[in-house]
Amino acid sequence: MDYSVLVGGEAGQGMDTSAHLLALILKRSGFHVFTRSDYMSRIRGGHNFIQIRFSEKPLYTFSEKVDVIFALNEETIKLHAGRLKPNGVVIADEKTGGDEGILHLPLARTAKELGNSRVANTAGLGAILKYFGLPLEIAENAVIKILGKELSDVNIKALRAGYEMIEPKYNLKVREDEHVLINGNQAVGLGAIAAGCKFYCGYPMTPSTGILTFMASHANEMKIVVDQVEDEVAALNMALGASYAGVRAMTGSSGGGFALMVEALSLAGMIEVPVVLINVQRPGPATGFPTRTEQGDLRFMIHAGHGEFPRMVIALRDPEDAFYQTARAFNIAEKYQVPVLLMSDQHLADSMTTKKPFDFGRIKIERHIAGEEDIAGESYRRYKFTESGVSPRILPGKIPGQVVLVDSDEHDEEGHITESDEIRRKMVNKRLRKFELLKKEVEEPWLIGREKPENLVICWGSTYGAVREAVERLNEEGASVGALVFGDIWPFPTKKLLEEARFAKKIIDVEQNATGQLESLIREQALLQATHKILKYDGRPFSGEEVYLRLKEVL
Amino acid sequence: MTCQFELSNETAWCPGCGNHMIRTALKQALEELGLEPHEVVICSGIGQAAKMPHYIKVNGFNGLHGRALPPAVGIKLANKNLKVIVESGDGDTYGEGGNHFIHTIRRNIDIAHFVHDNQVYGLTKGQASPTTAMGQKTTLQLDGVKVSPLNPLVLALSLGAGFVARGFAGDIPHLVELMKSAITYRGYALVDILQPCVVWNRVNTFAWYKNRVYHLPEDYDYTDKEQAFKKAMEFGDRIPIGIIYKVEKETYEDQFDFIKNGPPLVDLELNPKDAEKLMENFM
Repeated sequence: MDYSVLVGGEAGQGMDTSAHLLALILKRSGFHVFTRSDYMSRIRGGHNFIQIRFSEKPLYTFSEKVDVIFALNEETIKLHAGRLKPNGVVIADEKTGGDEGILHLPLARTAKELGNSRVANTAGLGAILKYFGLPLEIAENAVIKILGKELSDVNIKALRAGYEMIEPKYNLKVREDEHVLINGNQAVGLGAIAAGCKFYCGYPMTPSTGILTFMASHANEMKIVVDQVEDEVAALNMALGASYAGVRAMTGSSGGGFALMVEALSLAGMIEVPVVLINVQRPGPATGFPTRTEQGDLRFMIHAGHGEFPRMVIALRDPEDAFYQTARAFNIAEKYQVPVLLMSDQHLADSMTTKKPFDFGRIKIERHIAGEEDIAGESYRRYKFTESGVSPRILPGKIPGQVVLVDSDEHDEEGHITESDEIRRKMVNKRLRKFELLKKEVEEPWLIGREKPENLVICWGSTYGAVREAVERLNEEGASVGALVFGDIWPFPTKKLLEEARFAKKIIDVEQNATGQLESLIREQALLQATHKILKYDGRPFSGEEVYLRLKEVL
Repeated sequence: MTCQFELSNETAWCPGCGNHMIRTALKQALEELGLEPHEVVICSGIGQAAKMPHYIKVNGFNGLHGRALPPAVGIKLANKNLKVIVESGDGDTYGEGGNHFIHTIRRNIDIAHFVHDNQVYGLTKGQASPTTAMGQKTTLQLDGVKVSPLNPLVLALSLGAGFVARGFAGDIPHLVELMKSAITYRGYALVDILQPCVVWNRVNTFAWYKNRVYHLPEDYDYTDKEQAFKKAMEFGDRIPIGIIYKVEKETYEDQFDFIKNGPPLVDLELNPKDAEKLMENFM
């Protein structure tokens, strides 16, 4: 079984809530769920839609075809009729126009009778549940969770009324629910909180705002300062101040906001203060497509910042990966006193998916902060030359008699401004030695599908889901396909790539950008070249089907 | 007695520069407040004034041009026990850092902000700063400055600052007292310090300031905001120095219950398991 429901309408029609509710009901009914949000950069009007796919098997991507279109307006029917499977159905309010064959239901009328015109969507959800033959009880509890106690009575009534409006087409069996339903932004926030992040600041920018919102919603409970700052310039500088003083600090934005942080990223490299930041990418250049998806900032993240300094760049592949990698980023940042840059995108940020509850026991907090005994008898030198390049880090205010000086100028071991050519060479080398250590931390890409395949796909970040489904399907059909999905991007891991590429007749690059940035990196770092590129840069995410079809063209 | 804040470093400041006097006053203020070097952080941006953390023994965060304030905010939130002082010039603070200046005042976080205001750019060699007078000729504004100057005190007052003061580098005893008041004030405290630049500003010289500054009278009521605006606007033949406005206000950090009533954030124990309960939100 593999079904999809599309909920579409204008911004402001309550679609988000309805779709979230439906996804939660399906999860609690024991299904795997994957949602995809497609929304416009506006608050009212326009056309937005959400696809909710569910199955007994794990899902990694959305489906192009849908079984049910729940149309909150007529435009939805026109725009998405082509997505409907031959045996699918359109559910809409009786006053919504459209052809015959549409299941027109008295949703608004029922809502009016119940005294709250806003519950029409919930009545529609009731009908959808009935269509699939799912029971109401689970749904009623989910209503209480999503809509709150105050609104639950009237919504449950609406749900029941909708349930009575149609006959079931399917008779799905409820299974045991073992999962959480979480999106990429929430998983990043959760990873940060698990890692002990006590300071998160940012300036609202779609599609990264969800992280800021998530952190704010748990700020008091978890004792985290969550600060909306005047601009992204302030954001990273402020996070660096907090980190210098000794708390784990993070900031995030999308590409344009990250562009404003670049000056302070260079500062982080120079002053060797650990920090974690995330770029939840959207299509650029400039304002681009504010609410859509792209992987256009890979090169930007690797190279951003004036001067030469070590950094680590990690792309997040799905919410589970986002959780563990975000937590890992804090350890790496503190261990090597470097900025660690995470990369997500709108598709990962907003897509909810079911995962096993995260294992908090797996998260280790390693601070690497020196104490009095580590600097015994010495006057503290923040940038003391060491073999590794990492100098012992103490915190300001913690050791009487010792002060901590960080400086954006080139500096001596104590942190004081210097113009010395000799110290300059030594300091540059000290900082860059840390990059050699980062290389040892790097995790190789995930391999999915065949080992040593004839056709090697390379991709990174959130395209993981679509590529995974496509590769599995092609292999089931007898092809020999393997895919390397890069998470760690910088330093660039080459070992597994070189191993797998030796046997490949074709190397196919799949990326959500127009120039094949990962492929260019592979040429530079591994002296390999893709034979084919499958690129998508229309702001819409790859589905598994699309990757499957486009791979099929080149195999 | 040797001052515990003394550093033997030679400075990169010109002989006769007001920065020397400001440093003398600052060391004395810290000493008289009974603070120790490890308890104090000085944040600065870039410019001659911003080199202060290199010439005084305290913790220092010498960041980017115009960006002295955001790290100071982060530091104070992370460790409320640190005394956080920001030292930077007029170009750094009112020009490149203008947006941070505005919003840090709005935040009213507990930091003391000492702006070395010499009404000119020093380190970049003599260009106009946001406080250079209209019409004044500089190394870049050859026909004279064509934009009106920014009045930092009026701006701070209009943004609701709870502590607004003006000092003069040439009056060290007075400046020491101002600094002590600003450092002990609970909230954001601005002290705009008039300071001659002996190389690049031939208009606002030591004598120019000396002939104009006067102490606010003993009976001046610094809680009267209307009066404060008047005094803040007085910048011509006579320039008042002293605390122009001071009232009690709730600080930014005190609005976080866990900061106000808990240990500094930096001292919190971290345990990943504490976050596990949040998983329930996704069940």
